[in-house]
Amino acid sequence: MTDFNHQQTAHCESGAVAALLRHNGLDLSEPMVFGLSSALTYAYIPLVKMGGMPLLAYRMPPGRIIRGLSKRLGIRFHFERFRSPKDGSVALDKYLEQGFPVGLQASVYWLPYFPENMRFHFNAHNLVAYGKDGDDYLISDPTFEQPVRADVASLQQARFVKGMLAPKGLIYYPETITQTPNVTAAIPKAIRSTANMMLRTPLPFIGVRGIRHVARHMEKLSPANEHYNKLLIGHMVRMQEEIGTGGAGFRFLFASFLQESAHLLSHEGLAQAADQFTDAGDEWRRFALYAAKMLKGRSALDYGKLATQLRNVADMEQQGYRQLLELKLR
Amino acid sequence: MKLDDVPQDQSRSLEGQRKRLYARNADGDYTTVLSSGWEAEDVVLDQAVEEYNRFSREARQRVQQGLSSALEFHMYAHRMDVTVLAQTTGFFRWQVRRHLKPAVFKRLTPRKLQRYEDAFQITTGQLRTLPPEDKPQND
Repeated sequence: MTDFNHQQTAHCESGAVAALLRHNGLDLSEPMVFGLSSALTYAYIPLVKMGGMPLLAYRMPPGRIIRGLSKRLGIRFHFERFRSPKDGSVALDKYLEQGFPVGLQASVYWLPYFPENMRFHFNAHNLVAYGKDGDDYLISDPTFEQPVRADVASLQQARFVKGMLAPKGLIYYPETITQTPNVTAAIPKAIRSTANMMLRTPLPFIGVRGIRHVARHMEKLSPANEHYNKLLIGHMVRMQEEIGTGGAGFRFLFASFLQESAHLLSHEGLAQAADQFTDAGDEWRRFALYAAKMLKGRSALDYGKLATQLRNVADMEQQGYRQLLELKLR
Repeated sequence: MKLDDVPQDQSRSLEGQRKRLYARNADGDYTTVLSSGWEAEDVVLDQAVEEYNRFSREARQRVQQGLSSALEFHMYAHRMDVTVLAQTTGFFRWQVRRHLKPAVFKRLTPRKLQRYEDAFQITTGQLRTLPPEDKPQND
């Protein structure tokens, strides 16, 4: 059986990638993986619905972390998808027999070790399979404290579920890492990319403009649709806090990346930016708290107050990204 | 967020699991810390779960009254809606909506039923009937 060093992280994709790289001899922290792949974002896309709710994202779409990191660091990842579920399980078993841990994409709903209340139809969860014991796969799921197990039938179902973001049995792993990548050279590019995307995307529902767009939307909610409005507010908080974000919609994770970069590049300006995004994260948390109190009925439902808080956050983030661009990192 | 501000609210939904959050220690350095949950998160999670439970309860009544096929109950009990079920089975949404009618559902061919059985991972017998009331639908 393969020895796999399980480490819990906040987010599944950055966690799985960090774990696979570590296993292959490249030790990068989760924030570094997240930051280097420029995974932070804000996107509100009412045209795409998930469970009746508009798509709301605090990070780039699934797969971006792997692809973004390969691009920045020149690490190639091998991807395999399968038309037939049977081929997919044969391929997985072959890797595991060779003692070769691999990353998998799977649906949260069908993973037996997930707590009942956390099981929703989200098909782009990431985990690492590192062995097989009888009828169980041995799994290092980055969002769990301990290694877990999943029976063959459940994992098969989770890997081959159809629908939005269908995993199609995706198996991935980094190809042999020949030379140590130049992390310090990649940091400035990654930061610039995130800041530009958040400030300059010419679409009203992406980045800082997106946050303000949602603030306006909040104010315009009709009190007659209270049930739907409450679901929408709850959905916003869930996307921000629940889905393995490490708190405040990945903002703390991003701040931690900036701090680590400040040390690596000995750059005081980056440390200040880390403070700025920590503060912005705290305001995101405050938004969640206000929202939860209103949903619980402990304070009056006040769309204007939520909108104001979103604008606070937008202002703080805007200042943060401008600070980052003004550093003129090379 | 400072380490002391990391909530430890013993969330029921996490079933004893703890999640990892990023917070700063007294020196202002980032580190990770395990959290047993946050009440604010529980509120919104309960809200989302309860919404599906409510749909399942209402669907059960409609099925009992003969207004809807058992498919509608199973759909919500598996935390799906017409869109997700259509994507999962490969049917069009209008087809799924049609199959929610008892008369249409009754006449479905075994091949079509099979697609729903695969989507829910249940047997034909289970698909055609409602499970006993009190047992929470786990899968």
